[in-house]
Amino acid sequence: MIGYIIRRILGLVIVIFLASLITFFLMHAIPGGPFDELKMPLPAEVKAQILKKYGLDKPVWEQYIRYIWRALHGDFGVPFQSPTETVTSLIARVWPVTLQIGAITIVLSFTIGILLGILSALRQNTWIDYLVTTIATLGTTVPNFVIAIWLMLIFSVTLRWLPTGGWGEPKHLVLPVLSYFLAPTAVIARFVKVNFLEELRKDYVRTARAKGLPERTVIFKHVFRNALVPIITLLGPMIPDLATGSVFIEVTFRVPGLGKFFYTSAFNRDYPMIVAMILLIAVLWGITYLVTDIIYAFIDPRITFT
Amino acid sequence: MRDVIRVYKKNKLAVFGFFVISIIIVVAILADVISPYRYDEIDLLSFLQPPSIKHPFGTDSIGRDLMTRIIYGARTSLIVGFSVQFIAVGIGVPLGLLAGFYGGRVDYWISRLVEVMTAFPSLLFAIFLMVWLGNGLLNIIIALGVTSWVGICRVTRAKTLEIKSETFVEAAEALGASNSYILFKTIFPNIVRPIIVMIGLGIPQAIFGEASLSFLGFGISDPMPSWGKMIQESLGYLQGYWYIGFFPTLSLAITVLCFNFVADGLRDALDPRMYGRRV
Repeated sequence: MIGYIIRRILGLVIVIFLASLITFFLMHAIPGGPFDELKMPLPAEVKAQILKKYGLDKPVWEQYIRYIWRALHGDFGVPFQSPTETVTSLIARVWPVTLQIGAITIVLSFTIGILLGILSALRQNTWIDYLVTTIATLGTTVPNFVIAIWLMLIFSVTLRWLPTGGWGEPKHLVLPVLSYFLAPTAVIARFVKVNFLEELRKDYVRTARAKGLPERTVIFKHVFRNALVPIITLLGPMIPDLATGSVFIEVTFRVPGLGKFFYTSAFNRDYPMIVAMILLIAVLWGITYLVTDIIYAFIDPRITFT
Repeated sequence: MRDVIRVYKKNKLAVFGFFVISIIIVVAILADVISPYRYDEIDLLSFLQPPSIKHPFGTDSIGRDLMTRIIYGARTSLIVGFSVQFIAVGIGVPLGLLAGFYGGRVDYWISRLVEVMTAFPSLLFAIFLMVWLGNGLLNIIIALGVTSWVGICRVTRAKTLEIKSETFVEAAEALGASNSYILFKTIFPNIVRPIIVMIGLGIPQAIFGEASLSFLGFGISDPMPSWGKMIQESLGYLQGYWYIGFFPTLSLAITVLCFNFVADGLRDALDPRMYGRRV
């Protein structure tokens, strides 16, 4: 078990190293930089001075080694788009915004998704089942920025209940969360429904019913537990997604979170920010997958490590 | 083949989806004939007009007719949707066949490549490629194609592995058939159906991807219309000019939904054993 975890962590380190290598060199292979003539017409000496300050005059491999060395000490450089702070402090400032939306979305989509899934499994082929199926189809196929615009048209433009964007007050949270939570809710509801139906057909359910147990006990004490354990596998991949934020939602609602900064960074060729964010995403993915696998093995004793 | 059509027809939504998509395809092909204006025709005197007989869907902030732009947007979406699948099949099927058929070291490296591709959110990767390649229709197709062959590769590999152990393949081997004969004459015909299903699922994803990239400004360059770009442009005008955002979002949603209905129908009809689609 311990050996397995150590091996997985080593694998994770290699993946993150590779991710950093690829993004770093890819970013530098892109023609055009943050201090191009068109964007910033500067005298040659000033430009040389700036390039020197940021270390951009060195060969790429040297830049990379220096970068990794500093990154290991928690220094990811200075974002070009906001030179008065560091990448670390900028991310620390904007990340809580995204985490807030992500956390609310996770809680909401799991409660509502599980509820809807169970309901549609127990009331199969009734209007509630069809409604859930319709929502699930919409949620998984229609892009979330389309849903965001529909919600905006309904709640901000027509009803005038909520603002079309911005940040700072609780009312700014409503529409981003609403347009964000539909897709994960749909995935969870569908997953729970399928699991529940499968579980309901098993022998132990028949035994429990034959014993004369009330239906409530059968569903909530027996089926519930077995059907819900696999949801952990869904939670895992969802966390890095929600923690790094949907670029679309944050751009649409003008939310100053990590997703929006990813967008502005990609647009402005802000190398330090982009590489740091990619690394952040890679680390989050790696850790959540590892933790999910370990938790899953604890819950389900049939799984063994090799 | 008759069976396939019969099963497909049972799925009412799939039939409906096929019907709607046929209309969209015809509209996209005949765009030059049926659209009332040119897509880049700017009329600064009639900007932000509400829907009327002259402009059924209204006009945008520089007076371009929205209906015309939506019709041409359909063309962009369809071109991207189909071409991306072309690339995805071109990369995914050969790699999947090689990995499944030869196994061993070939399989090991192809599987690692697939793992790396799945570990990374594909849309972020596509954004990277777009930053690198620059905007434009061809570059979008390349960026999305390079990031969306993984599913097809996986299915091809799994199916190849499955079919390789069937008796008729063993029989061909025992009779001394060459590797290429076994690959193309015995295995390939049996994986065509699941590949068609994967293409069906991939088209709406590619359309979604193009709209997303264009929405973020990493997509189709002006003046060519794209629904994603139109949605992005509408953001500042929603308050007061609902139609600018409503019609492009509606077109995108209907198209993506109907392609998904068709894909579901295709899956039921062609490959009843293939459960659990990617969500």
